[in-house]
Amino acid sequence: MLITKVKTKEELLPVLSGRVLVIPCLGCSQSYFPVEEFNRLKDELKSSGANLASEVTFDYMCREDFTERRLEIYREQLEAADTVLIFSCGVGIQTFAGLIPGKKIVSGSDTFYVPGFPGFTPSEHDCEQCGECRMGLTFGICPVTACSKGLLNGQCGGAKDGKCEVDKNMACGWQRIFERMNALKGSDKALKEGVQIRDYKKSSL
Amino acid sequence: MKLTDLTRLGKFVVTSEVGPPKGINLDKMLHEAEYIRGRVAAINVTDNQSSVMRMGGLAACKVLKDKGFEPVFQITCRDRNRLALQADLLSAAMFGIENLLLLTGDHIVLGDHKDAKPVFDLDSVSLAHCVKRLEEGFDLAGNKLDGEAPKFCKGAVVSPCAEPLDPQLFKMEKKIKAGVEFFQTQAVYEPEKFEKFMKRVKEFGVPVYVGIVVLKTVGMAKFMNENVAGIHVPDSLIEELKKDKEKTKSGQTGVEISARLIKDMKNMCQGVHMMPLGWDDKVPKILEMAGV
Repeated sequence: MLITKVKTKEELLPVLSGRVLVIPCLGCSQSYFPVEEFNRLKDELKSSGANLASEVTFDYMCREDFTERRLEIYREQLEAADTVLIFSCGVGIQTFAGLIPGKKIVSGSDTFYVPGFPGFTPSEHDCEQCGECRMGLTFGICPVTACSKGLLNGQCGGAKDGKCEVDKNMACGWQRIFERMNALKGSDKALKEGVQIRDYKKSSL
Repeated sequence: MKLTDLTRLGKFVVTSEVGPPKGINLDKMLHEAEYIRGRVAAINVTDNQSSVMRMGGLAACKVLKDKGFEPVFQITCRDRNRLALQADLLSAAMFGIENLLLLTGDHIVLGDHKDAKPVFDLDSVSLAHCVKRLEEGFDLAGNKLDGEAPKFCKGAVVSPCAEPLDPQLFKMEKKIKAGVEFFQTQAVYEPEKFEKFMKRVKEFGVPVYVGIVVLKTVGMAKFMNENVAGIHVPDSLIEELKKDKEKTKSGQTGVEISARLIKDMKNMCQGVHMMPLGWDDKVPKILEMAGV
């Protein structure tokens, strides 16, 4: 079971740019999707000037084959969007981001930890359910799970030829973040702001 | 004395490094330190270096300080959560230890306790932020400290020869914003790359002390090229080590290469950080030949 909570307008406004495609993932029947809060947030974003140009619904975004098919169906909306704002668990966001390396992805929600069965589909992507999703800042790649030290403020000194010091077959998570940022011609400005520190209270909620 | 005060006075800062023992006898470490007494401004004390368990760096720093050395307390985020880090920082301040080197730390699996829990509650950036908060009189949770706040000189590391360099520069800038006041670098064997790096970081206005690891053998150079992040020993230096086996074995080649590197780079930066890895006896000769 998964519980997600929508982020605040204040957190999202600085990272949304251009035409925004909104995608809620409603597939996981056991998931609690906060519909009211989701709708309220969209109104708030719109009235603050965000250009929420279109919205399409996915289900089981975490399943790569499902998501690939939906990407075909909604190709037009996707191509028109500058930013994709996703409301799903962390696995869903990463699956989506992995399929479209050239698109700016922002996570619209935080995934909270709930004891018990933690997801639906076996996946190469992992969501630790930290409750404070940073993937809007890190270009759709999760630093908590993609970095073997879970570092939040950038690459350590241990990466060699783009590989992690823990395993030469594993890509350095922060290098992946930078590569994606460069591919998107993105800026590290937002990422450079402030000091990120985990709030472990949120992951055991 | 704070390393940055020396830089401010226009001095070229020379530091070196020792590692605490795996045990409780400090004789060897102190013997190594004696070789460089008077030749270096401060001596770094490593913190469970390479994730291999050893005596704590804080105790070793205190012993060095009592013997008239200026220690640099290296502190990593691998083995302590934010409470333990702050507790050790306050302890260091109480002992009068001023210079810190704030590190994320190697991963646990590289060391000799591979089954231990990697902590990484904070990282080098948030640790710098945490030290700054202590200096402002508060702990990381915002609680007020009793009495006088500690005062430190906060250092960190950077890899000037890492490829790509941008993620390193990004992190360096974050460290400076979080309060880091000086940098000691990963070992540099390519002065041209270092020069390019220094041009890019000049605008940061923070002193950089270039790292020198003395090359002991051809095997060591090749091993570092294969396995150590941010280090590249060029073929020309490997050839130099190969050329005269006796000279290399005696350490003379390593000494000459190190001295030459320092000579080449000393005008580009504000100091040099020696990492002799047990060859502390060779450090005075290197510094003399390099003219620092």
